Amino acid sequence: MDSRTLSHLRALEAESIHIMREVVAEFAKPVMLYSIGKDSSVMVRLAQKAFFPGKLPFPLLHVDTTYKFQEMIEFRDQFAKDLGAELIVHTNQKAIDEGANPFKLGTSKCCALLKTRALLDALEAGGYDAAFGGARRDEEKSRAKERVFSFRDKFGQWDPKSQRPELWSLYNSKVEKGESIRVFPLSNWTEMDVWAYIELENIPIVPLYYAKEREMVVRGNQLIPLEHNMPLNPGEKPQMIMSRMRSLGCTYCTGGIASDADTMPKIINELVQFRRSERENRIIDHDQEGSMEIKKREGYF
Amino acid sequence: MSESQLLRFSTAGSVDDGKSTLIGRLLFEAKGVYEDQMASLQKSSINRSTGPIDFSLLTDGLRAEREQGITIDVAYRYFATPKRKFIIADTPGHEQYTRNMATGASTADLAIVLIDARKGVLPQSRRHAYIASLLGIPYIAVAVNKMDLVEFSETVFDQIQKDFSAYAEQIGLKNLAFFPISALDGDNIVERSARTPWFKGTPLLEHLESVPVAEDRNFTELRFPVQYVIRPNLDFRGFAGQLASGVLKPGDEVMSLPAGRVTRVKELPTFDGPLKEAFPPMSITVVLEDEIDLSRGDMLVDPNHVPHVSRRFAAKLVWMLDEAGGPNRTYLLKHATQTVPCEIRRIRHRVDINTLENVQAEKLELNEIAAVVMETRRPLYFDAYSKNRAMGAFILIDPISNLTVAAGMIEESTPESVEPLQLRNLEFVGEANESATGTQLTNAERFARAGHYPATVWLTARRAVAYLLERRLFDLGCQVHVLADDSESHLLPELSRVLSNAGLIAICSIASPDPGERDRAAGFAAANRFLEVPAKELPARDDDAVEVIIKRLEDLGVLRRKDRFERGEGI
Repeated sequence: MDSRTLSHLRALEAESIHIMREVVAEFAKPVMLYSIGKDSSVMVRLAQKAFFPGKLPFPLLHVDTTYKFQEMIEFRDQFAKDLGAELIVHTNQKAIDEGANPFKLGTSKCCALLKTRALLDALEAGGYDAAFGGARRDEEKSRAKERVFSFRDKFGQWDPKSQRPELWSLYNSKVEKGESIRVFPLSNWTEMDVWAYIELENIPIVPLYYAKEREMVVRGNQLIPLEHNMPLNPGEKPQMIMSRMRSLGCTYCTGGIASDADTMPKIINELVQFRRSERENRIIDHDQEGSMEIKKREGYF
Repeated sequence: MSESQLLRFSTAGSVDDGKSTLIGRLLFEAKGVYEDQMASLQKSSINRSTGPIDFSLLTDGLRAEREQGITIDVAYRYFATPKRKFIIADTPGHEQYTRNMATGASTADLAIVLIDARKGVLPQSRRHAYIASLLGIPYIAVAVNKMDLVEFSETVFDQIQKDFSAYAEQIGLKNLAFFPISALDGDNIVERSARTPWFKGTPLLEHLESVPVAEDRNFTELRFPVQYVIRPNLDFRGFAGQLASGVLKPGDEVMSLPAGRVTRVKELPTFDGPLKEAFPPMSITVVLEDEIDLSRGDMLVDPNHVPHVSRRFAAKLVWMLDEAGGPNRTYLLKHATQTVPCEIRRIRHRVDINTLENVQAEKLELNEIAAVVMETRRPLYFDAYSKNRAMGAFILIDPISNLTVAAGMIEESTPESVEPLQLRNLEFVGEANESATGTQLTNAERFARAGHYPATVWLTARRAVAYLLERRLFDLGCQVHVLADDSESHLLPELSRVLSNAGLIAICSIASPDPGERDRAAGFAAANRFLEVPAKELPARDDDAVEVIIKRLEDLGVLRRKDRFERGEGI
């Protein structure tokens, strides 16, 4: 390869760094949504690079539904500490106190209260005018059409039909008070790019991504981890299964996959072989056709 | 895997062209479609397909699109082969979606223009080709689809190739390649088809894997728009940004705009250790040797190749808003890292995208393309879009609604070309030292009076060339004077400095070269205004030699040739 050609990962890196710097230069109060997953880990590394040798010029915000894996929470706290970053954890405590949980409400309503509502509240409370998210366009069909700078109205809503055209790398960052922009610096990354970059850069990730024997319930096509006192259906029995998480969310909504990939090269190799998309195991996406678009319109990331 | 390259390409066309089928085919062949997504297609409640799998459902992501069976917005798709990673900007092809096509084309290295073999070159293919040329896409792959429906006829293919090539020549499209394909059956997509034995080219995917990427990159003229200043403590001040063009190394001389200060690069620090060299499109941080005033919107450039600096310039606009726009309104113009208020000073003409005719226009409607004259409140530092995409592109934003209303491409032209008699309205940037002497004149005023920047030309060539150059420059409207080393002896550097300070072009004609004097003169001249021309670099004929020197003065940004624009070139 020509010595003055960037590899695709370095080209993506350069683009993401450009996006992050643009946000920090043009917005009064940015924040980075930190979900503890692999994409967040990559996003934080890119931010470190963008502002080196300075620290991250914005806080990390984690919307904690309290239904996350314990390993995620431990990882989050250690990660933020090592980084020296400001970490804000927000929970919709009111909804939790009123008994919101996925077993009682179903996944759609639970998600609306504990994720979307909590996120909108946290953004409003912080007065943030720009929020970075680690979503990628290859994840889901409606995301394929979302802008890098995605405009949200005063209620945090996305209007897919009147998005601002986005040309070159000239991003329109103009908003009125109360409006905001969701920014997706990883828009052009694929799942494979994320893993390849984690390996290239040796980025720490939650151990849940690596295969080990885990206590799981087999429900339909899904492997559901047994945490947070999940009620079992009649006839269901937890079993120890060699498995790992391909993407991370709340325990109940994140199905695992049977896998023996317990190292990074094995994970990447597994991915190459894979014939199924990573969000397949995300229960929320399958509630109904176009469900991600509906959630996004309401303010979900 | 981590060493593969990135190629961005755009596609346009409607459902009828088989565009979605082609994209679906590429994704499928490269294993970019997962089984569960395929299953989701098959169970989709509004599947329009008649065949087993409708690939177009992969690409129409929004509910409204699936319901109406049309593609509304640009969608981005990804797939990879062992050689390359691809980003597809998939854009709808209907006439009303010029804006989406332009959006997809803006970042593309290559465009796939789809032509239905049964229908030949339709207005829609022409529109797509025109937008590809307007947005400066370096490579065009023409996919002649549905060859299975014309019995893989070589004659049909040849005719389309001929028709399209004629149109491409008319609009200045280069680097064309043609492919007889069937997206549905997969002919000539991944493998050469046995059904087209007459086709000597490579399959489409192989072409996508081998076409040079970022062909339009420019490694010679440094353009570094300062995006953000990193200042974690009092000891560190780094200028962060994405390198638009040129190569940057520690020790390199750079000039800041608008101040015109020249300094050197001290270091290129990164998270992974200091860089030895930076090139586009890297996002870097530059630490300079001197403490100079520099902030977002400013630019570091090659002192020997400065960009145009002006408040007025000619441009093409693609109007992107439902509401019409035009002169006598204020917009915000975002160019590189600068956002400035501006006006469309006048619409020169609108371009009819179907006939390519120039049409008079008072305002611009959605999806219209026009040649305009722009005027900004503060000067921009720019290059023509055709020479440097990053430095010639801008967007217009409505300051009331905050919407992006237009995309703009700066044309190869200057204020002279726009209104030749108003040379005095040229916008010149002053130099940093102008307040030092107590003079009440600014350099910018002197430059404006002269109509060009001052310069020192160090000529170790034939004396006749010096005097002929003086004549030619004078005829071009320049203020110019020859200094010859036999009459002015060793004071040449000092004399050239005086002339230069007064705004003149000093031609130093050297019979007996003296390195010390040359260095003194170079030191006196502003760094981008010293042109040394050794005799051996000049053609034998005096006239030709003078042309070479004038060309180099133009390249330096000292001079803009009025006569060229009077001949109607460049616009």
